[in-house]
Amino acid sequence: MPFNILVAVCLSYVVVLFSVAFVAERRAAQGRLKFLHRPIVYTLSLSIYCTAWTFYGAVGYAARSGLEFVTIYLGPTLVFIGWWWILRKLVRIGRAQRVTSIADLISSRFGKSNTLGVVVTLMSVASATPYIALQLQSVTLSFGVFADDAPEFWALSGQGSTAMWIAVGLTVFTILFGTRNLDANERHHGVVMAIALEAVVKLVALMAVGVFVVWGLAGGVSEVLARIDASPIADWDLKPGRFAGLLFVSAAAILTLPRMFQVLVVENVDERHLATASWAFPAYLMGMSLFVIPIAVMGLERMPEGSNPDLFVLTLPLAEGQGKLALLAFLGGFSSATSMVIVAAIALATMVSNHIVTPLWLTLRKSPAREPGDIRGVILMSRRISIAGVLAMGYTYYSLSGGSEALAAIGLIAFVGAAQVLPALMGGIFWRGATHVGAMAGLLVGFAIWLYCLFLPSVGESGLISASVLAHGPFGIDWLRPRALFGIEGLDPLLHALFWSLLLNTLCFLIFSMASFPPPMERLQGVAFVNVFDQSPGTRGWTRGRAEAEDLLSMSQRILGVDEAQRFFQAQAAGQGKSGILPDTTPEFIARLERQLAGSVGAATAHAMIAQLSGGSSVSVQDLIAVAGEAAEIKEYSAQLEAKSEELARTARALREANDKLTELSIQKDAFLGQISHELRTPMTSIRAFSEILMEPDLPEEMRAKYAEIIHEEARRLTRLLDDLLDLSVLENRKVQLNIGVANLHDLISKAVGTASSTRPERRFRIERDFPSEHMPVFTDTDRLLQVFINLVSNARKYCDAELPKLRIEVKKRGKRVQIDFIDNGSGIPKKAQALIFEKFARLTDTSRAGGAGLGLAICREIMANLGGTIDYLPGQGGAAFRVTLPLRHRDSAADPVS
Amino acid sequence: MPKSSQPLFLARRSYRRRRMMDAARLLPVAGAVILMLPVLWAPGETEAPDTGRGTVYLFASWALLIAAAALIARGLGPALDEDDAAEGTNDPAALLYEPPRPPADDRAEG
Repeated sequence: MPFNILVAVCLSYVVVLFSVAFVAERRAAQGRLKFLHRPIVYTLSLSIYCTAWTFYGAVGYAARSGLEFVTIYLGPTLVFIGWWWILRKLVRIGRAQRVTSIADLISSRFGKSNTLGVVVTLMSVASATPYIALQLQSVTLSFGVFADDAPEFWALSGQGSTAMWIAVGLTVFTILFGTRNLDANERHHGVVMAIALEAVVKLVALMAVGVFVVWGLAGGVSEVLARIDASPIADWDLKPGRFAGLLFVSAAAILTLPRMFQVLVVENVDERHLATASWAFPAYLMGMSLFVIPIAVMGLERMPEGSNPDLFVLTLPLAEGQGKLALLAFLGGFSSATSMVIVAAIALATMVSNHIVTPLWLTLRKSPAREPGDIRGVILMSRRISIAGVLAMGYTYYSLSGGSEALAAIGLIAFVGAAQVLPALMGGIFWRGATHVGAMAGLLVGFAIWLYCLFLPSVGESGLISASVLAHGPFGIDWLRPRALFGIEGLDPLLHALFWSLLLNTLCFLIFSMASFPPPMERLQGVAFVNVFDQSPGTRGWTRGRAEAEDLLSMSQRILGVDEAQRFFQAQAAGQGKSGILPDTTPEFIARLERQLAGSVGAATAHAMIAQLSGGSSVSVQDLIAVAGEAAEIKEYSAQLEAKSEELARTARALREANDKLTELSIQKDAFLGQISHELRTPMTSIRAFSEILMEPDLPEEMRAKYAEIIHEEARRLTRLLDDLLDLSVLENRKVQLNIGVANLHDLISKAVGTASSTRPERRFRIERDFPSEHMPVFTDTDRLLQVFINLVSNARKYCDAELPKLRIEVKKRGKRVQIDFIDNGSGIPKKAQALIFEKFARLTDTSRAGGAGLGLAICREIMANLGGTIDYLPGQGGAAFRVTLPLRHRDSAADPVS
Repeated sequence: MPKSSQPLFLARRSYRRRRMMDAARLLPVAGAVILMLPVLWAPGETEAPDTGRGTVYLFASWALLIAAAALIARGLGPALDEDDAAEGTNDPAALLYEPPRPPADDRAEG
């Protein structure tokens, strides 16, 4: 095929890519994202996993080692069908923390440490460089297949100039679409759309070649199977260790390769796309692998001895005279190479600019945050330079290595290098105990072993490691031979490096993590990452600092752009309920601003910039303790509330009881008022009636005397009643004049018993007394005390309902007080009434029998209160029992209200 | 502690969804076992050519895994939707700020 036509086809294909990317960018700018945000576009963009290494190299791999090539695609399949475990969490964390790259994720997880970011960046660049070189090599080789008639001008320095032109072209494309803007989410719609298109092209191209080979050349599926069994690779030489190792390393690589992280996490717009990709991407991989074995078998069969199996995809159709099919295959390979290089360059450039260039620039200029001017230009420029730098390094590696190795070897070396991030990544998202120190130790150890055992030997024996070191170890130390560490020989070099690097990496990571103590910031991030599904976003990372909203705004404007920064600030101010553009610099606001900035410049840089403005570290142990203190206070407060509510409940219960009592009293009072009216009315009625009779002139004298007697009696009753009421009211108001004298208690009781014997004198009433104990002097108002005793004795006489009524009077001296119990053998007072008997107007039975107004015990209680003593009902004595307690010597102070 | 915050009994739909999540977690393990099975055949030591058989076995199990993953992904779709809804209500102030995106014009796609 004429070389010029090939170049023209290439250029027009590139033009198509450009226009697709351009249209996608424009639609995104207009907000028409519906098509761009389809799960299918996401899935196709993941296909950058299938690079030229897949497109050309898989067939070469199969031609050399048979079925083993398939592990490179089965590993990612396992990761994707297990998306619920890891990918979902990664994507969620990526969105919650606005992660911009895998280095950013690691640095953000381990306390926003930029050092870790730098290490991961350097490792990624180191392991990606050979991979980029591999892409350049494959495109150059494929050019070479067609361009037998290349003009002298092109072939001046072998095929190196082709590689250079491709590198330059890719740099231009990547810079144009990869660094158009400092996107808040680091999403590149144009690039994603272009690589989705390229994904379709490479799948169609490989399938077309495969279909041609199976049905065009071999003549059907069964025929192909027969030829496979007859081919040199018919015997499947499965080495279990290598098979498992390759499955593992490819599974690890899909998580840790910077370019995969870019499309998988950073460019993800919707978690649900992952659900589609979980089966669609494995299906894509299967489609890419389906015809690899048949193509390899047919190539081995048909192509002349010594032809490069890596190029069978191209050379087989060419040899069969299918020029157009070969051209399609060429475009497929071209797509595979370019899409990988573009995304890898973007991912690496983001990491380099966020973790190396920008922090350096910020450090070199002392206080840049407060200066006017746009920092965006600097960041974008650093990204562009980084892209050019990454591609230049790839090109240099390609030139140095001479482009002679088998493609598969380079690819696997890069995979093992990328996999070194795996322990820190998995530990970071699943284990809160993972620390910065552990991650750093693991990464460095793993990376060093990878360099020593795999990368450096791969550059070539003439390169950095001499043949003698390979054979005998450095300085003749046998057990340090790069391909037989610790004297263990016979392992496949790749497996050897993979085993030792990841084993020691993981061990160091675990041991150093367990042995070190993370600072507060790191612990906060650890929780935010590990528990990303069950916690609200916005862990508090900042205390109310000294940052001025104005300074923050001026800094944000330079990173986010003026409009966007102002919109963000205004929205936050509105969220705080403030008008105007400047919100309060609350910790929540600063944390949110930091996340926003992190979307552009990475977590570590954003953190450092804000720390510069707010003056030093963001969160200290004291702050954490303060937070804990607040929590404790809240807890205590709630405990207090609980206690108070219990107290309230108690009070309410007491009030309810009081209310019940009041209600009952009020009912009694009403009843008494009715009764007292009746009591007053009955004598009044008889007095009126008899006095009317007395007015009759001719009344016999004896009748007149009798009636006058009745009137007199009734009037006395009235007087007694009124006296009682008056007495009670005087006693209640503590206005009673006490007449203190001395008396023998025995005499007082005897007098009371004697006086009370007039009550129901017809009954035989036994009174038991213990005379010796009664003899004691009391200094008190003896008349009042006597009144109480009389009342109690006559009450017993009146109400004791026993067959043989009996009253026991016991006197006991208790210190300076004396206690006199009056216990009868009646049925006592029901429990319900015990609380009421001392109330005024209380009467238990019907009133007619009692003959009093129900004031007796109320008066007794008031008297005792005035005398400084008490009178209580004594339950549980087998009858009604009252206990009178009084001081032996009355004091004025004791006259104070007791009840 | 987390035990108490979760209900003891789930509605039938939520229960099915939980089991679907279990299946999603189990699938990669099952896949790894299936893919490592050929190791037991030790095809490297047999005389008979087995690349053909191996190809058929690996691609067949691959297709099976893809089909299973597709079924599970379909079953888990609603669970993801609920997740999103729950996530959206967590941070009210964050809702006030939308990344710059002019109003979508759906009809243009139509």
